[in-house]
Amino acid sequence: MTPRRQRMIFVGIMVAGVALAATLAFIAIGENMLYFFSPTQVKNGEAPKGRTLRVGGLVVPGSVTREPGDLTVRFDLTDNRESLTVTYSGILPDLFREGQGIIATGTLTPAGKLVADEVLAKHDEKYMPPEVAEALELANKGGRMPKPE
Amino acid sequence: MIPELGHFALILALLTAIAQSLFPVLGALKRAPALSSAAVPAARAQFAFCLLAFACLTAAFLMQDFSVRYVATNSNSALPVYYRFSAVWGAHEGSLLLWALILSGWTVAVTLFSRNLPDLFRVRVIAVMGAISVGFYLFMLLTSNPFERLLPPALEGNDLNPLLQDFGLIVHPPMLYMGYVGLAVPFSFAVAALMGGRLDPAWTRWTRPWTVIAWVFLTVGITLGSWWAYYELGWGGWWFWDPVENASFMPWLMATALIHSLAVSEQRGAFKAWTVLLAIFAFSLSLLGTFLVRSGVLVSVHAFATDPARGVFILAFLGIVVGSALVLFAVRGQAVSGGGRFEFFSRETLLLINNVLLVVASASVLLGTLYPLILDAMGLGKISVGPPYFNSVFVPLVLVLLAVLGVGPLTRWKHDHSRRLVTLLRWPLIVSILAGAAFALTSEGDGRAQIFAGLVFAAWVVATTALGIARRLKRRTAPMAGLFRLPRGFAGMTIAHLGAAVMVVGITLTTAMSTEKDLRLAPGDSYSIAGYDFRFVGVGEAMGPNYRAERGHIEVARNGKTFASMYPEKRHYINSSAPMTEAAIDAGFTRDLYAALGEELGDGAWAVRIYHKPFIRWIWLGGLLMALGGVLAVSDRRYRIAIRHERGRSGRDLEAGALAEG
Repeated sequence: MTPRRQRMIFVGIMVAGVALAATLAFIAIGENMLYFFSPTQVKNGEAPKGRTLRVGGLVVPGSVTREPGDLTVRFDLTDNRESLTVTYSGILPDLFREGQGIIATGTLTPAGKLVADEVLAKHDEKYMPPEVAEALELANKGGRMPKPE
Repeated sequence: MIPELGHFALILALLTAIAQSLFPVLGALKRAPALSSAAVPAARAQFAFCLLAFACLTAAFLMQDFSVRYVATNSNSALPVYYRFSAVWGAHEGSLLLWALILSGWTVAVTLFSRNLPDLFRVRVIAVMGAISVGFYLFMLLTSNPFERLLPPALEGNDLNPLLQDFGLIVHPPMLYMGYVGLAVPFSFAVAALMGGRLDPAWTRWTRPWTVIAWVFLTVGITLGSWWAYYELGWGGWWFWDPVENASFMPWLMATALIHSLAVSEQRGAFKAWTVLLAIFAFSLSLLGTFLVRSGVLVSVHAFATDPARGVFILAFLGIVVGSALVLFAVRGQAVSGGGRFEFFSRETLLLINNVLLVVASASVLLGTLYPLILDAMGLGKISVGPPYFNSVFVPLVLVLLAVLGVGPLTRWKHDHSRRLVTLLRWPLIVSILAGAAFALTSEGDGRAQIFAGLVFAAWVVATTALGIARRLKRRTAPMAGLFRLPRGFAGMTIAHLGAAVMVVGITLTTAMSTEKDLRLAPGDSYSIAGYDFRFVGVGEAMGPNYRAERGHIEVARNGKTFASMYPEKRHYINSSAPMTEAAIDAGFTRDLYAALGEELGDGAWAVRIYHKPFIRWIWLGGLLMALGGVLAVSDRRYRIAIRHERGRSGRDLEAGALAEG
């Protein structure tokens, strides 16, 4: 095999591999991207219903209630302007507590409640997820979160 | 006093590192080889100073010097002594010091084990490593000084992050850093080769053992990290596609590609320019990983630091290192390219496919990790890319990789015949399909398709590897004795490939067959999963050195016989208001039982998490086997022979080496 043909094979395999991977990757990223919304955005109807999304805010003190008999828990999330009810079934993370900034991943019901399948509360009590911090600041100023396209 | 001594030692280390990187330049300008060689003692002095600085910081932790900000932030007088050691690298500043120490350690290792390299090449390698050290010392001294004093001194320390108070975190970061930083050696070798414009077979033979050793450390480090996340984070997952995990995984994928590409360069003289490029990429991804973790740009468990000055510094440093290496490659790459020819059906082609797959896999992880950051930076909304993305891209790539892995070692270098391969591979193919089908049929549940796919590929790797061993031994008179006399290079490859198969079995079966339950249990309640009866006895109190805990008690029975007691804890550390879940694990070769406490639900009832995880240990066992394979390969005879006979014959390939690899 001549060096030229060898190089052609090399380049051919590279191009095929990269094209395949790029296609796979972009399809996958399009399908699995999770957008973040603040409670205000959800109230304004900016968040799609029935699609998985992330909502972040502070847990409203006094709003956490448990169903007797199973692990369903219900709480409100707020950005200090609007709030949103979240239901979750399972064990909450160690750092979940009233007043703490958390992110819930799940889908919106037609009634505008979030059914979460994951609740994240990270780091220590001083830490605030950056998305939540920004949402709070914007809500405080009366501004708007950048709307995802 | 001691912290000032440490600070001073750090400054001296910076100065010696500058000298280390400048001596060879001056030597080249003045045509004075003796001046260039001064880089060697400079490198050793730099290591001594850095070690002194590290010892001072350790001393500050052991003596509880809370007038040092870093100590006050990450320690506490109730912290047990062994955690005071690991607290040294428990946060940003100290882990950078560990980085620098390990880098200077690798440099000293290069000065010790590279006496056989041509002098000019050797000092160039040391100079490049010195330049990287300079960057890290500057970073520490300018933005993240671990010796900074706190005025007025704190009376009591803040305590080490409870998550990090664990054996896994004593050993995981040093291992990972040994790997990260170890990739600086092949990087420096590559840059030195580009400077000299020459890349002969001897170069690959020098580079290969260093690369494999760094890869072994990285493999062990990532495996330990996965194991730690499993038992410490309280979720029972072994891989989260967390950006910080990805940061260590990308260099690993690239280093794996590099090892395979080096094999081709060494044996056949092909892919040379590509090998150099991979060496540059692998270390660049190590630096990028450091940037991602250390600059605090990520939303992640590990982001300790949130200071833009640091981020900008690392980004600039990354740009300079990677940029200059790539420019050098663009200018001089032509000089090192070319090499042995090969046909389409050849081991070279298969290793090329291996390389493309690994690089593409690495790039897809990079895309998933950086895409949210880029969108956010451009103000296009806040998104996150979860595990589904990584799984849907990664799994197909890995399956193709495993298919190729089976064929590669059985294929001949240079050219082979498709007919020979088909005849050879017929039986392994049939055996692996049957093995996969047999296991899938005996298992229950809806994960069968997954189990079938995973096990077919794992069995394929095992069957083809076994065939490879058998074909080796057939040439011997005493096959069984011959098993222990196989060349270490071949044995290492075999074990590492089997490790990959073991890991695939673990991942497949854990994913498809695990049972996970979140339950409400009152004392006396029982629950059964996968044939194990968990009886919740209740929750009591327990005390630790710097925490108090609620300790659950769960009895586990099988067929009516109690065989294990599990004690999951909910710990409250003195200086942290948040509780910490400490899972209880009953480990086994074919299954783990996992229990963790949630919260109290009133009336003595608790939320309890109970898992049955079949074959999860195999994931880490596979990782360790891969690392073992790497260790065996490095101890191969030809590297030892090469060390003895190298001088003066660097231009020729050693025939012994080519034969050993087959």
